[in-house]
Amino acid sequence: MGANDSTGIASAIGQPVLRKEDARFLTGTGQFTDDVTMTRQTHAYFLRSPHAHATIRAIDVKKAKAAPGVVGVFTGADLTGVNGLPCGWLITGTDGKPMNEPPHPVLAQGKVRYVGDAVAIVVAESIDQAKDAAEQIEVDYDVLASVVSSVDALKPGAPQIHEQAPGNRCYTWALGDKAAVDAAFAKAAHVTKLDLVNNRLVPNAIEPRAALASWNRADDAYTLYVTSQNPHVERLLMTAFVLGLPEHKVRVIAPDVGGGFGSKIYLYPEETAMVWASKRVNRPIKWAAERSESFLSDAHGRDHVTHAELALDKDGKFLALRVQTTANMGAYLSTFASCIPTILYATLLAGQYTTPAIHCEVTAVFTNTAPVDAYRGAGRPEATYVVERIVHQAAVETGIAQDELRRRNFIREFPYQTPVALNYDIGNYDQTLDAANEMADVAGFAARKAEAKQRGKLRGLGYASYIEACGLAPSNIAGALGARAGLFEAGEVRVHPTGSVTVFTGSHSHGQGHETTFAQVVAARLGVPVDNVDVVHGDTGRVPFGMGTYGSRSLSVGGTAIVKALDKIIAKGKKIAAHLLEAAESDIEFHDGKFTVAGTDRSKTFGEVALTAYVPHNYPLDKLEPGLNETAFYDPTNFTYPAGTHICEVEVDPETGVVQVVAFTASDDFGNIINPMIVEGQVHGGVAQGIGQALLEHCVYDTSSGQLLTGSMMDYALPRADDMPAFQVDTKVTPCTHNPLGAKGCGEAGAIGSPAALMNAVLDALAPVGVTHLDMPASPHRVWKAIRQARPNA
Amino acid sequence: MSVSLALNVNGKPVTAEIDARTLLVEFLRNNLALTGTHVGCDTAQCGACTVHLDGQAVKACNVLALQANGRAVVTIEGLAAEDGALHPMQAAFRACHGLQCGFCTPGMVMSAIDLVNRHPNADEATIRAELEGNICRCTGYHNIVKAVRQGAAEMGR
Repeated sequence: MGANDSTGIASAIGQPVLRKEDARFLTGTGQFTDDVTMTRQTHAYFLRSPHAHATIRAIDVKKAKAAPGVVGVFTGADLTGVNGLPCGWLITGTDGKPMNEPPHPVLAQGKVRYVGDAVAIVVAESIDQAKDAAEQIEVDYDVLASVVSSVDALKPGAPQIHEQAPGNRCYTWALGDKAAVDAAFAKAAHVTKLDLVNNRLVPNAIEPRAALASWNRADDAYTLYVTSQNPHVERLLMTAFVLGLPEHKVRVIAPDVGGGFGSKIYLYPEETAMVWASKRVNRPIKWAAERSESFLSDAHGRDHVTHAELALDKDGKFLALRVQTTANMGAYLSTFASCIPTILYATLLAGQYTTPAIHCEVTAVFTNTAPVDAYRGAGRPEATYVVERIVHQAAVETGIAQDELRRRNFIREFPYQTPVALNYDIGNYDQTLDAANEMADVAGFAARKAEAKQRGKLRGLGYASYIEACGLAPSNIAGALGARAGLFEAGEVRVHPTGSVTVFTGSHSHGQGHETTFAQVVAARLGVPVDNVDVVHGDTGRVPFGMGTYGSRSLSVGGTAIVKALDKIIAKGKKIAAHLLEAAESDIEFHDGKFTVAGTDRSKTFGEVALTAYVPHNYPLDKLEPGLNETAFYDPTNFTYPAGTHICEVEVDPETGVVQVVAFTASDDFGNIINPMIVEGQVHGGVAQGIGQALLEHCVYDTSSGQLLTGSMMDYALPRADDMPAFQVDTKVTPCTHNPLGAKGCGEAGAIGSPAALMNAVLDALAPVGVTHLDMPASPHRVWKAIRQARPNA
Repeated sequence: MSVSLALNVNGKPVTAEIDARTLLVEFLRNNLALTGTHVGCDTAQCGACTVHLDGQAVKACNVLALQANGRAVVTIEGLAAEDGALHPMQAAFRACHGLQCGFCTPGMVMSAIDLVNRHPNADEATIRAELEGNICRCTGYHNIVKAVRQGAAEMGR
């Protein structure tokens, strides 16, 4: 694939156009939140709980307030009239009751519930002075017993974290027809059972969270620069739910943001306290998390404990799937925590298969750990891990080849109604499986395995045929399921008098390349060069509205909102052109940047029409407003369903337990593709995070003290260049049927398929030595131990 | 304790009075407003703050500004030519889509140039091993490795 600097027009779709945003990032002129400086700026430091669970008897801030350079010190007691941070999704339990939703205070109120819980904000002239002053705050803690594991938290006698959540239970929720599942199991020829742990992860965007909050006395208005994936949502939650401020008096700007992966979706305590405090101190306040704070206080991901059972008939057809999951919510409900192990998890348990009966029960639990919320994939990697690990195990037990067992159960007729609520609009799972088989040279695997054996290495191959649901929608259905927010997206297309275009999108780019991809969409539709289109995002002061970027929704939902606005631009342009060309509006066609009277060579260029709209001398002013500026809101009618097959090949050194990923192949169907270069990059990054989860990453809290043991990049193994293989990726296309771009989304797929593919490969490699079970991450120590346990005398 | 400092940054002489404990990355970002050098971990793990000190890649969060006294520092802002033409390594990162969010990129590019200076004909395994000190969470490194190879070829011309 040759990337190019194309400013081409009709050719803009499907081309690897080089990114517009790269120029600033490569020359050090990007503007990340911590790069923004205001005059009279102060610095904030957050005093955090050193204990996992404790009652606060008293806090004495007198000395801190008198310390050099201190501008203000505030604790929970000062935040009168400030509400707790809200959760955006109400789950109703199997008992018919709403989930237990204990308060999530901005600063601790009488109790701390995890190591890192914010207790006080210290504002000072310099960050060093703020830190020094924080050391002068005396907090009298009465330390309580803590619990960090979700399974332990449910046990009788476990420490109770919230009065409002007896037994530490947030909810028990279920989806599917239990009676049908039980009946199917009763007649099964074979049942495969599996216990799985989906390991807890720390997102670790390389830009730590940061904020700069200021208040302007003249108009009683606030400006917040913040590392956010969705500035409008941040503003709505902060103003309407927590601080009670008028929404129009708060401008939230998410400038360049250095990666998110979900962790920057949420409304966090820090920026909320800073906005509140900026008026109290009447100075701008800056805060940038140190990495240790990121580990302690960014919302974590995954952390499921699951038991699953798959019933098969004698031919290997899946009859039913039964799943029980315990999900760790952490100490408080983060913004979207409650919908991740339910709406975005249980609904995906059909996978790519015709399994007719599925039942899933999920218990969500509070523990003395950082809040857990969406992390790249959010529920869907956990679902894929369950489905693809148990399918792998079933193939092993029945002796049916891995790809063959999957093929026997593939859905082939669309639309397809699953037994877990979703309706897949389109897909072709054979196509991606076949392509992956070919790219990964599965036919040559036996020879490679034999060759590896000669060298004393164990080689294994693993599959994951995943599906995901992206572009969460429609709003009314989601609302009926408990969503407390809309799920549409907004776009505005502003055509300037000279025909160049500025697009305002409610989605947000923090690495995804929207400034390029969206410009390609606009360029192709309007027939103007890509260079004549600029994309603006991440500013509530400039963009009409937006739900932001999560769930691989930007192109399919945000891009479609732009297309809807473009449709309005073109429709108005036709009216203007009809007037100029003295033709009937119905006779005007628009192609390649020209409005033409059908069947003639009489035409007006897009630029001529734009100029006429703004210099309306020869213009139907009695029937048409001047100007060429349109806004659209788009609420999808269904999810999109990206799907594909990932194949991982590993080599295990039985002497050391080291797993090397020797090849990773991904064949994905993302629907229509605008920029293949960017799509490939998204897959690479997602796969790397999935390999990270399966091979390296593991967030560990000490079970007795509740201390975070993996609190730095030295203790938490992030993937580095030499941990990763080169990837083989390719795409197949079945266009999404319900959005005009035919796009499905590509941001999370890599992280969804890869963990199961990798673990299946490791278990395939270890099968000859008798290892039948292993939880992520497949670290050398775990693998070595598993080999020794399987063969105690080896 | 305040101390005086004189060094060369991106080809220009710079003098300043600074607190002796000031880190090089703080000096570059706060005193000189060269915000292209980023802080990702404060602990010399992620490499986002990598700059060149007398031509050698160093993690600026792990160097005192004083240690750069009398020496030459080059940051990401100092790589492109006066006319805006990108350094071959910058150009290669763009051509190969070797960056996404752009936060690790300045450090990654500075490390890559140092790597190529030391190993002009580095193979893929060498490049991966040499980039161990720079963490990227977006790209999976695939296109970074590609970019370094292409940048190395261009630098060798």
